[in-house]
Amino acid sequence: MSQSQQQPALSKCPGCEEPPAAGDLFCGACGYDLSAVPARPGDRPTMAITVPPAAPEAAGAEAVRWPAAAETDSSDVPAPVHRPSDLPGTDSGGRPLAEQEQEPEQEQEPGTPVGSWPVGSAPVGSGPGPEPLGAPEPSAAAVRHDDRADPDAAEHSGDFALAAPDPRTAEHAAAAATAPAAGGKVCVACRSGRVGPDGYCENCGHAQPRERDHMERELDAVAAVSDRGLRHHRNEDSFAVSSTALPDGSPAVVAIVCDGVSSASRPDEASAAAANAANESLLESLPRGTHPQQAMHEAIVAASEAVNALAQEPAGAMEHDAHRHQNAPACTLVGAVMAGELLIVGWVGDSRVYWVPQDRSRPTARLTEDDSWAAQMVAAGLMNEAEAYADERAHAITGWLGADAYELEPHTAAFKPDRPGLVVVCTDGLWNYAESAEEMAAAVPADAQEHPLRGARVLVGHALDGGGHDNVTVALLPFAVRPQGAGSACETV
Amino acid sequence: MANFSKSNVPQFSVEVYQNEFLPEGGREVNAIVTVTSTGGGTTGGIPLADAVPSSAPGAGQGPGAAVVLMVDCSGSMDYPPTKMRNARDATAAAIDTLREGTRFAVVAGTHVAKDVYPGDGRLAVADARTKAQAKEALRKLSAGGGTAIGTWLRLADRLLNAADVSIRHGILLTDGRNEHESPEDLRAALDSCAGRFTCDARGVGTDWEVKEVTGIAAALLGTADIVADPSGLAAGFTRMMENAMGKEVADVALRLWTPVGVEIRFVKQVAPTVADLTARRTEANARAGDYPTGSWGDESRDYHVCVLVPEAGIGQEMLAARVSLILPDPSGAGTPQTLSQGLVRAVWTDDMVASTSINPQVAHYTGQAELAQVIQQGLDARKSGDFDGATAKLGRAVQLASASGNQDTAKLLSKVVDVVDAATGTVRLKAKVAEADEMTLETRSTKTVRVKK
Repeated sequence: MSQSQQQPALSKCPGCEEPPAAGDLFCGACGYDLSAVPARPGDRPTMAITVPPAAPEAAGAEAVRWPAAAETDSSDVPAPVHRPSDLPGTDSGGRPLAEQEQEPEQEQEPGTPVGSWPVGSAPVGSGPGPEPLGAPEPSAAAVRHDDRADPDAAEHSGDFALAAPDPRTAEHAAAAATAPAAGGKVCVACRSGRVGPDGYCENCGHAQPRERDHMERELDAVAAVSDRGLRHHRNEDSFAVSSTALPDGSPAVVAIVCDGVSSASRPDEASAAAANAANESLLESLPRGTHPQQAMHEAIVAASEAVNALAQEPAGAMEHDAHRHQNAPACTLVGAVMAGELLIVGWVGDSRVYWVPQDRSRPTARLTEDDSWAAQMVAAGLMNEAEAYADERAHAITGWLGADAYELEPHTAAFKPDRPGLVVVCTDGLWNYAESAEEMAAAVPADAQEHPLRGARVLVGHALDGGGHDNVTVALLPFAVRPQGAGSACETV
Repeated sequence: MANFSKSNVPQFSVEVYQNEFLPEGGREVNAIVTVTSTGGGTTGGIPLADAVPSSAPGAGQGPGAAVVLMVDCSGSMDYPPTKMRNARDATAAAIDTLREGTRFAVVAGTHVAKDVYPGDGRLAVADARTKAQAKEALRKLSAGGGTAIGTWLRLADRLLNAADVSIRHGILLTDGRNEHESPEDLRAALDSCAGRFTCDARGVGTDWEVKEVTGIAAALLGTADIVADPSGLAAGFTRMMENAMGKEVADVALRLWTPVGVEIRFVKQVAPTVADLTARRTEANARAGDYPTGSWGDESRDYHVCVLVPEAGIGQEMLAARVSLILPDPSGAGTPQTLSQGLVRAVWTDDMVASTSINPQVAHYTGQAELAQVIQQGLDARKSGDFDGATAKLGRAVQLASASGNQDTAKLLSKVVDVVDAATGTVRLKAKVAEADEMTLETRSTKTVRVKK
């Protein structure tokens, strides 16, 4: 997505309401500095209707006041934060979420079947018009639990024309697939047609959610969430998280996040191949005692080879989409490894790693330097950051993995954090809505250190609230300073 | 894709060429569907007599194909007398090309139709003896009488449908206008024959009506062409018969499934020739309709499907149409067999590069369809004396033919107009145009070239 993402144009000047011309840096009527205000996405997210404007800290702590959300006009809130339960999903074993997340839900919705998803759903993608976001639809919010088991679902849902599935409810399909109830799947869009073997509704033709539309994974010391977003038709991001042990027995945690370049062919395959290859490489080299930074470098090279290999494979026989065939599959990659007291990051492209200390009074930081046009302009001193990122070329990446990359330049860096904190590994689908380290820190919920999966969901929700213009993928690695059971030997590394 | 390796039915493959990306608010989805059938089984390219689907009842008892040759024997065939002789020779050459075991008959057409061989409303089974007898019967043909093509077609229909075969084909030769019956009679005959057999039509000389002959071929899903010089008839007939003998499966239909709310703008065959099928739809069920494609041998055809989908938001994806090739159940009752299918999709994106690009196949065939149309319009304008209109239309045709590399059509156009600049479509009408050249251009205007891949 990196190359196609553009700064959304302002629909009107915040100072005088005059519509600016495309590319204007200052308002033609009043001279307001347009580059200074964050661009407001044209499509206001419709999902905010069930989100109370509560601080992220409140999330999950107390019983959720669902009906209260109905009174809230969330469009007044600049960046409403999701409660964790608004981004449901399965845990790494594909089971429903932990019980404590369900309980508040069940109190409010006694009729809800146990284990169903407390998803706020809304008509999404029915165009950028301002209409859909206002009215809360509590009944609609309650019907997305189960596509088939709940016989009332159809009548509840008849009150809105859902053109296509809300990506945030994508796991319904996965859940339905594993559910014991028999029978063919019902289309999530029109709710009357059956889903054909090719994944489209036999009645309205709409594509059904795919497994990759929303993915979550949680391990002991790392969690990751990936979502299709609201504007793209498929999820071209991918991630891999794993944990292993160093030769001395101390744990090592790996998170890899990749963003497929959508102007190339098969970006989804490229990102999946790169994430898997890098992960495999690290899992092989770290236990052998390879220095983690060297291991990260090798992992990026391995990922690059995996993506290059895709260029030789022919695309699916049915795919004759000319303009997508001109480029070899390509993606960005960013990875983080926690090994002992070291934090290693590695990247190619514009996916990023942020450091958010647990003590929020301490400075927060971005640990990667984009391979992007904007970053190059800033580095060369030709533009300031605001100017560079306002340019439509800002997101054109200058480094990527793929057969047509000029030259592979894996960047790696090693850090030795002196205090606990959170490592945020993400694609531009997230950082577009929290660009600076401070913004990112503000978006990370306070309890993310203890509940990384929940934190990752909140961050994905932050991006979707902002417009969800791109696929969103984030992995969170809570970094503890005290070496876990590795003995004092590690301190001198 | 279904696997038919155990039968002799050709394998069909469907490929869809489209730009599925629509801008916000975009509704029109265009796709070129390429259907290719390749000979099935182990015939090694030699067509088998019993090339019927294994599921057909009575497979193996009936031969695969029946052909009726309809030869114009009206009085005009004697002017010049070589025309009748050439027609006889051509028919004889076609009979020689018949595969052993094929059912066949010869019909002499005037203002009435008469089956001159084998006669008595039957079909002969092709072998050395019957072929010789048929050629003997041809010698007795003489010119005299009028022209009522509808009667020929109705007789051919009766003969062909008396036989238990899967491929039914007619070959029709005429040299004059259909003067001895009303256009409505011909229309009614075509309607009653459509879907019952396929028919290739040839006009010999220059006294026939192009629209009549192309109309017969279009209605009966065959080819139309001009044989300006009667001496070329034999070669043409042989080729037509070889083509007919290569057909292995009949009554294939293009089934178009569309979801609720999708409107079909048109369905056209665009290669090898342009033929609008939109009006020939028969509803198969609530969501699907069938368009006839006739019989298939080893060949490839392209179809242009254009549908209007309901608007949807950015990031959404839907199936705009599912295109499948189906073979009706021979008993007429069961569910038809799906030979192959392809998907036409719609994906809304805010990526302008993706949504504004036009698929090269769609662009090419849109141009080829326009080419056929402007030639027709240009020639009509020329006939009606509107020389400015004709110049403009034929100029556009020259431009399109040259840009798309349609050499054959360009060559035919250059006999009707003097090309000043092909790139801009600047032409002058030729003052004197041979009638044969004009008719050839009109008859062959629907021929397209395939996009360079």
